[in-house]
Amino acid sequence: MPTSTEKAPPPFRHAKAVLFRRALQLAAFVVCAFLFVVVAVLTYKAAFLLRHESLPDILFSSEWNPMRGRFGFFPIILGSIYVTGLAMLLAVPVSILSSIYIAEYVRGYGKHVLKSFIDVLAGIPSVVYGMCAILVLVPWVRDGVAPLFGVSSTGFCVFSAALVLAVMVFPIIISVCVDVFQAVPQETREASLAVGATKWQTTKLVVLRAALPGVFSAVLLGLGRAFGETIAVAMLVGNLPRVPRSLFDAGATLPSIIASTYGEMMSVPRYDSAMMLLALILILVVLLFNYLARLIKRNFEKTQLGEGA
Amino acid sequence: MSRGRTQEAVFRVLMLLSLAVVTVSLVGIVAVVLVKGAPALSVEMLTRTPTAGYYMGGGGGILNAIVGSLLLAVSATVLAFFFSIAVATYLQPEFSSSRPANAVRTVLDLLWGIPSIVYGVICFVIMAFVGIGTSLLAGIAALTLLEIPIMTRVMDESMSTVIPELKVSAHVLGSNPAETAVNVVWKQAGPGILSAVLLAFGRGIGDAASILFTAGFTDFIPRSLLDSAAALPTMIFFLSTSPMPEVRGRAYAAAFVLLVLVLVVSVVSRLLTKRLSRYVVK
Repeated sequence: MPTSTEKAPPPFRHAKAVLFRRALQLAAFVVCAFLFVVVAVLTYKAAFLLRHESLPDILFSSEWNPMRGRFGFFPIILGSIYVTGLAMLLAVPVSILSSIYIAEYVRGYGKHVLKSFIDVLAGIPSVVYGMCAILVLVPWVRDGVAPLFGVSSTGFCVFSAALVLAVMVFPIIISVCVDVFQAVPQETREASLAVGATKWQTTKLVVLRAALPGVFSAVLLGLGRAFGETIAVAMLVGNLPRVPRSLFDAGATLPSIIASTYGEMMSVPRYDSAMMLLALILILVVLLFNYLARLIKRNFEKTQLGEGA
Repeated sequence: MSRGRTQEAVFRVLMLLSLAVVTVSLVGIVAVVLVKGAPALSVEMLTRTPTAGYYMGGGGGILNAIVGSLLLAVSATVLAFFFSIAVATYLQPEFSSSRPANAVRTVLDLLWGIPSIVYGVICFVIMAFVGIGTSLLAGIAALTLLEIPIMTRVMDESMSTVIPELKVSAHVLGSNPAETAVNVVWKQAGPGILSAVLLAFGRGIGDAASILFTAGFTDFIPRSLLDSAAALPTMIFFLSTSPMPEVRGRAYAAAFVLLVLVLVVSVVSRLLTKRLSRYVVK
């Protein structure tokens, strides 16, 4: 029953609410559609090259001669595997050990400071990593490391790129791993300590085992980032699309070759199609890594919640 | 027992060594940039655009890159904000059920993982299709696409932590979901939304790969959206391998400005978020 004190409702309340909801749905739809647009555009553009040459020919040929229309991706794919593989080999043990220390051994305020420190440094732009590596790492590799192995090198090589890539994925893996270790319920640790295990035994046999899927997903995230990293690698790897003869030889990775040749490609027929195919392969590999990482992490969170309850 | 002790000691040393490697390499990068960049800085460097013979060691500064970077990153962040807040609000349980919401979250995580060079390539294709060349507009578009997934996911996390009792109270008082979202959820998630915006801004301003072919490079400050624009990251990329030491000095100066900007934004974001979250109902 309306009374005289009741204020009139603001106009179009219901219509506004409906419009609001529709706008949100549209925004969410556009975001999802965009992922498909990216894949579709790359596929459409890459199809042009694939009409003229077969995919296995492109993937396993080493002949890179855009002027004659020869695009052999094999050296580039191999270069990507070398650089990313070596970077992960260096980064994974160091990152996991550091994150165990931060999560399990540092207490209170120190832990907060270390975590913030890592997160702040995760924001350093990759071009800055690249520039520092040119200043410090390249001369060191050229004059110090390569002669040690009895090879001569310009310093712009697979090894330098992998080293700086390793430093770049430290913050990513550590940040996820610390959260994963902290998600392991405290009771599990207490139970282990109560039956006489040492701190390290508890960490190794209980925490690490429980957190293993989460750690794996952190590594996959780092792998995706390393595989797609462009600028720092393009500055360091030498960008020569040939199979590197050693770790101290120049090479190329998928993103680095796109970055270094994109400007000049428009004048050469099929060149842009080849670049699109490279970008398509790159994006599919990265999407796969990230999807797996997400799948594993979700499972991990579910089981941890189940055990912790 | 003593074997366990030995193992514990060995691994303790290994863990400390690893942490030292991580800390030293990351602090080392900041130190190298500051040490190399500081001597290259001068008033002229920060307030002048390149003059004749710039790439042979001629005069001028990096103002074109500083202004270009700010134009690119600020516009992209503003555009991404409107989009992200809509998507993040959609992800809340009042506007979507859990299956579509999780599907959208998966897509956002996948978009976050896409290498930024791919955003550059896609925008380049669209530019060729529409018929515009390297321009401020195209650079802004690429950075907006890059920033949306980052901003949305962080906003989503902060909106998800708004306590349900508040939303229920608003509902009981007669407000509909849209009013609750605007008046309660956005305000309660304010600190998180702010840190999402600043995080995305930091990523946007530091990214080189996405603007390499989209924004292009120029010695001038862009006067319209269709002019090419220089930026700090692309300037560092182009100049740091120059054979001329004076030209390399400009890359160091640009890196100094960029790094200080990114670190200050990141630290300020943390402090502000902490301070503002006092006013949030927990």
